[in-house]
Amino acid sequence: MAQNKSLDVLKKNIWTENPVFIQILGICSALAVTNTLTNTLIMALGVVFVTGFSSLTVSIMKSLIPRRVRMIVQTLIIAFYVILVDIVLRALLPDVSKALGPYVGLIITNCIIMGRAEAFAQSNPPIISLWDGITSGTGYMGVLVLVAVIRELLGFGTLLGYRVLPEGFVNWTIMVTPPSAFFIIGIIIWIAKSIMVREEKKK
Amino acid sequence: MSPEIDPFILFFASIFTSNILLANFLGMCSFISISRDLKSSHGLGLAVIVVLTVTSAVNWAVYHLILEPNGLHYLRFIVFIIVIAAVVQVLEMIIDRLSPALYMTLGIFLPLITVNCAILGVSLLLEIRRYSLLQSVIYGFGSGIGWWLAIVSLAAIRKKVEKAPVPAGLKGPGITFIIIGLMAMAFMGFSGMLRVQ
Repeated sequence: MAQNKSLDVLKKNIWTENPVFIQILGICSALAVTNTLTNTLIMALGVVFVTGFSSLTVSIMKSLIPRRVRMIVQTLIIAFYVILVDIVLRALLPDVSKALGPYVGLIITNCIIMGRAEAFAQSNPPIISLWDGITSGTGYMGVLVLVAVIRELLGFGTLLGYRVLPEGFVNWTIMVTPPSAFFIIGIIIWIAKSIMVREEKKK
Repeated sequence: MSPEIDPFILFFASIFTSNILLANFLGMCSFISISRDLKSSHGLGLAVIVVLTVTSAVNWAVYHLILEPNGLHYLRFIVFIIVIAAVVQVLEMIIDRLSPALYMTLGIFLPLITVNCAILGVSLLLEIRRYSLLQSVIYGFGSGIGWWLAIVSLAAIRKKVEKAPVPAGLKGPGITFIIIGLMAMAFMGFSGMLRVQ
């Protein structure tokens, strides 16, 4: 039974209720960091970490937090983990930390995290909440990585900084600029929704 | 990055070429969900202008007068978000007292603004770019106007698109993103005139 539930949560968070392309949450950072794959991976891992542990913490503390102040307490819990991520990044990967600029701090206002804390961790036991947090972080990461691969490959001809496309390839400069991020997310939503519409029809 | 940016250039750049939404992707969540309706977009946009201007000034002061001299800069995330929440709360009370009509327009949107990442994002950008107090207020105000302009235009465009024959999978958020992408390209057209990084 427990296993069924965790599989269910996994499927929901990665596909049917994916935070990015179905619920349209946490889009700001999803778009801003995707011009190179390295930054995206690090940012997304940060989000997975923060979502997982803040859901865990909220779930453990839920009986101790008075309902009226729970939003503030949740924000503080999230901010605590974001500060951890920020300090670790500054110490270990100062270049990436600089390139991400304000977006590490903006994990705090990423609605996915608050959303999971409110919708799931409030009313579920700790371990499954941790799992729920990690999987919705992963659903978010999947979309981000996809966008980043497309943008870096076509915009710079590289992946993770290594040259992938032949030298003769003319870079698509637009892929490096902000509008391309909007277009790609729009197209991903289009494809995902179309597949879902078709699945619905089969049933 | 440079501390001597002309205030006018900063002002116009923050509205057009470095639009907080279309170039920095800040405040997307409410941008997408509220822009279905022109009237609420306008209300939310106005509230963002007010809150951004005030929080830019307050957070600049808190950071440069309290956090930095005491070596507490790593606390900035928590402190900024608390300041933003407090400013929003106080503004809500002031507006309620002074102008019930304005409160009816802005009131319902004010709580939403606390979690609008544009507000926290601008505060963090001020600190990273090391703007002066004057520059911070101008940048905050300009970004607010830029945000308002973007959401009102998007809401107007979405109203027209509602009646257009859009493929089923692309309806709703999908087509909205494509529209935003086109808007971002249009705003980029201004970047030949001036640019602030």
